[in-house]
Amino acid sequence: MAKVTRTPLRSGAAGLRQIAIAMLAAAAALLVAGCGAPPWNNPYPESQAGGNILYGAFTERPKHLDPVRSYSSNEYAFIAQIYEPPLQYHLLKRPYTLVPLTAAAVPEPTYLDADGNPLPADADPERIAVSEYLVRIRPGIRYQPHPAFARDADGGYLYHNLPPGRIAGLNKLSDLPETDTRELTAADYVYQIKRLAVPWLHSPIAGLMGEHILGFEAFSNRIRDVAPEPVDGERPFFDLREHDFPGAEVVDRYSYKVRIDGRYPQFVYWLAMPFFAPMPWEAEALTGQPGMAANNMTLDWYPVGTGPFMLTENNPNLRMVLARNPNFHGETYPTTGMPGDREAGLLDDAGLPLPFIDRAVYSLEKESIPYWNKFLQGYYDTSGISSDAFDQAVKFDAAGEAGLTADMRAKGIGLSTAVQTSVWYMGFNMEDDIVGGDSERARLLRQAISIAVDFGEFISIFANGRGVQGQGPLPPGIFGHRDGETGINPYVFDWAHGRAQRKSIAEARALLAQAGYRDGRDPQTGRPLSIYYEAMDAGPDGKARLNWMRKQFAKLGIELIVRATDYNRFQEKMREGTGQVFMWGWNADYPDPENFFFLLYGPNRKIDGGENAANYSNPRLDRLFERMKNMPDGPERQAVIDEMTEIVRHDAPWSFGFYPESFSLHHQWVGNVKPNLMANNTLKYISLESGVRETQRTAWNPPVLWPLGAVLVVLAAGALPAIMIARRRERSAAL
Amino acid sequence: MSAYIIRRLLYAIPILIGVNLITFVLFFVVNSPDDMARMQLGDKRVTAEAIQAWKADHGYDRPLLYNAQAEGTDKLTDTIFFEKSLKLFAFDFGTSDSGRDIGYDIRQRMWPSLAIALPVLLVGLAINISYALMIVFFRATYIDVGSVVLLVAMMSISGLFYIIGGQFLVGKLFHLVPISGYDTGLDAFKFLILPVIVGVVGGIGTGTRLYRTFFLEEANRDYVRTARAKGLRERIVLFRHVLKNALIPILTGVVAVLPLLFMGALITESFFGIPGLGSYTIDAINRQDFAIVRAMVFLGSVLYILGLILTDISYTMVDPRVRLS
Repeated sequence: MAKVTRTPLRSGAAGLRQIAIAMLAAAAALLVAGCGAPPWNNPYPESQAGGNILYGAFTERPKHLDPVRSYSSNEYAFIAQIYEPPLQYHLLKRPYTLVPLTAAAVPEPTYLDADGNPLPADADPERIAVSEYLVRIRPGIRYQPHPAFARDADGGYLYHNLPPGRIAGLNKLSDLPETDTRELTAADYVYQIKRLAVPWLHSPIAGLMGEHILGFEAFSNRIRDVAPEPVDGERPFFDLREHDFPGAEVVDRYSYKVRIDGRYPQFVYWLAMPFFAPMPWEAEALTGQPGMAANNMTLDWYPVGTGPFMLTENNPNLRMVLARNPNFHGETYPTTGMPGDREAGLLDDAGLPLPFIDRAVYSLEKESIPYWNKFLQGYYDTSGISSDAFDQAVKFDAAGEAGLTADMRAKGIGLSTAVQTSVWYMGFNMEDDIVGGDSERARLLRQAISIAVDFGEFISIFANGRGVQGQGPLPPGIFGHRDGETGINPYVFDWAHGRAQRKSIAEARALLAQAGYRDGRDPQTGRPLSIYYEAMDAGPDGKARLNWMRKQFAKLGIELIVRATDYNRFQEKMREGTGQVFMWGWNADYPDPENFFFLLYGPNRKIDGGENAANYSNPRLDRLFERMKNMPDGPERQAVIDEMTEIVRHDAPWSFGFYPESFSLHHQWVGNVKPNLMANNTLKYISLESGVRETQRTAWNPPVLWPLGAVLVVLAAGALPAIMIARRRERSAAL
Repeated sequence: MSAYIIRRLLYAIPILIGVNLITFVLFFVVNSPDDMARMQLGDKRVTAEAIQAWKADHGYDRPLLYNAQAEGTDKLTDTIFFEKSLKLFAFDFGTSDSGRDIGYDIRQRMWPSLAIALPVLLVGLAINISYALMIVFFRATYIDVGSVVLLVAMMSISGLFYIIGGQFLVGKLFHLVPISGYDTGLDAFKFLILPVIVGVVGGIGTGTRLYRTFFLEEANRDYVRTARAKGLRERIVLFRHVLKNALIPILTGVVAVLPLLFMGALITESFFGIPGLGSYTIDAINRQDFAIVRAMVFLGSVLYILGLILTDISYTMVDPRVRLS
């Protein structure tokens, strides 16, 4: 009986053993094949070793890559390298300066009266009916290779009339193997401006441009009326070239006109944004064929441009790859900069042809910990600094200057800092009965709160010191901002010991008493004044911030009641004007004071559909704003801005929180890094020493094998007594 | 058995309608169609007209569940719920709110999810069963007690700790594999080692404890006592009799989770940068893309029901005493 049972068991065990050995051998072979030569933790293929490739990461997949829809920085990181609007920002010059990109020059507007007669440049804005921008582009610029341009032997477009069966089999653009190019023309820019008005493309700036570009809304309505209806949810190709638009017209092959209703000097800044980049009609003709959108073949997924790079891999769930555009038009590195730029090596490549790198590989990295660790291992060339890693990377000296820690310096890592063209503010709803309105009581209350809420402390605790306390609506780098003693908000700060010092709580309490709230008590009820704070950070991370905010108000004896909610509800409250006190921010579209003061412009109130979230309205400020926005930069404009700043400081619809400061790190092998918070197309300037990178990666990432041996030893040591016990049991009598 | 399966499939229809309805209500309690439009159009400078136009283009300009303005059955059918739900039952997931073909994305992204989930399941199963058998073999010894303490400790540790700890030790300190990332084909192998190890180690505590219970239950049954009484060695008793019979609940449990392997692991995929269906769902929730959320919840429900039916069928296959009727 025993033999009968043992034999199959032994043979089965032997078989299992053989299978296990085979599996282990296969696993070992795969391990060796998969890991290859050291460093084993290199996430990139060995074929890329030594390549002139920039490695970066993105934390959130871009929603849109069509320049008509894209309006966020994570999307611009890609499309600004591909699409070329007529203008761009100079890499090095400060304040931010517009320079031509594909244009021959920065266009100057021509003013016309209501009868179409030209007016002088200093004409009364009231007389200006139309501003005309004539944009001349440089000839010889060509698009990236793209199937939309491919033609057959007869000169017809190869892929513009594909049979449905062929379209059904398409999954990616490379399934259309033939490509071609053509020269950029003015008509492509006009085509794109028309696209901004196309209702079904949902451009986020359609509403704004409807207010400024001549005939924009009428053109949009006309398109809506004449365009064919969608078929199976897809809109057939609608050739915008066949529809005239008075707001944008082709003058000749290399020039076009944009007509603005009245005067809008800030329009020129929009010409540096991807919204105004060229779009070849052929691309829409290709992707507008029935069935293309159902197969994800859209301009939102496959951009086509004239820029230094083209998107060769678009897998936003994993990786986005930009490769050098072989047809790029030979732009060169700037030859002038600011004082100190030459010493910093930022002009070493002056005059050399761009771009310097062949490819840029961006990997999706949602979590900050792996992102940071891979940067330290040399697998990302640049990185931001998360709060978790801040102390590891940055230290402040006695003067408060940020510098790198010894570890970072030892690795040759460089730090770049820049105050962002953004402002975070605490807003008071001016429609509210308690904190709003233009009464002296409410104004003093707002001023007292502005003193009490210490944003210096906020920056220190919650932003690792990365920010500058706000003194007005304009952040540094924007014309009109003043530094030093003349730039402080005298209602909240005093100038002492060479720096701005927040007024004391005693002064804030005195203001509060003047307002009728002695010791923070409501005179009608005798109880502490209750103020509602609308917060958009309802999660656990926001709890510390909200507790801090409560304490700031408690300094005045005011009870702060936090109404934390999600961002959707927060926005809804702002639109309805039902909030009382809140915090919000604004990131500049362009470096002009108009882009900040319009947030305080009366006709732009949030409850009326605008962006003025405090619903502030002061007729005097509104008049000054209307004047200021049409003025050129200069002493006269500065004087108007000073007056406006004084008004908003006095009225205090905002407590000017802080201007965030961006800190970024780059490895020693990355060159030409200068933060430019307006330009998005800076990838072309980046240079690399890939040999240094390879050396450092190998040095920093040697495989450490002893833990594997240690694990085996521990397992063996653990198994030995078990085996001994097992044998003893096997030999012992039955239970 | 066919009648049983057909009946179970028919039962699934009201369940799926209910799940769809709950998903719909929960989603729109938190997000309104206006919020969805704003998410797609951006925060800045968006006009009310633009929001209205987006809603009209995407079919979100109807009432949510009941159209009081409509006539007859249109009161129920001319609603967002009906329009968006009907096609799901034909497994036509349509396009996401940002315009992508959801079916194509699911087909692309289920493979990375499977590439992690399947090895974790198989390797985990092998290790957990082996370890549980070993504990049972050494029951009532220090090995048993020590193992139980270790397993309870392992169960008590958060899965996130295993992920971060694994990345720190294996990827950062020992430089053995990439900390995160993914690639296609054979290149994916080096990216899968760490998440699979983390998945297996993270599951040892729960899995082994569970299987130990199964084995102990079997080990105390009469037929095992009989086997011992007739002089079989303990090793043979365990491997030949106890393992075989305890495999019934193990196998049926495994069959139940098989379909759900496609759905991916939310945190693991996020931390390791795996482009699977788990991260697809999380991204969709963050982006308020109702079309994807709805499709993924529906797919998850279908797979769950499928898993339960497979479990019932597998019972009949491994235990002849069970009959489906």
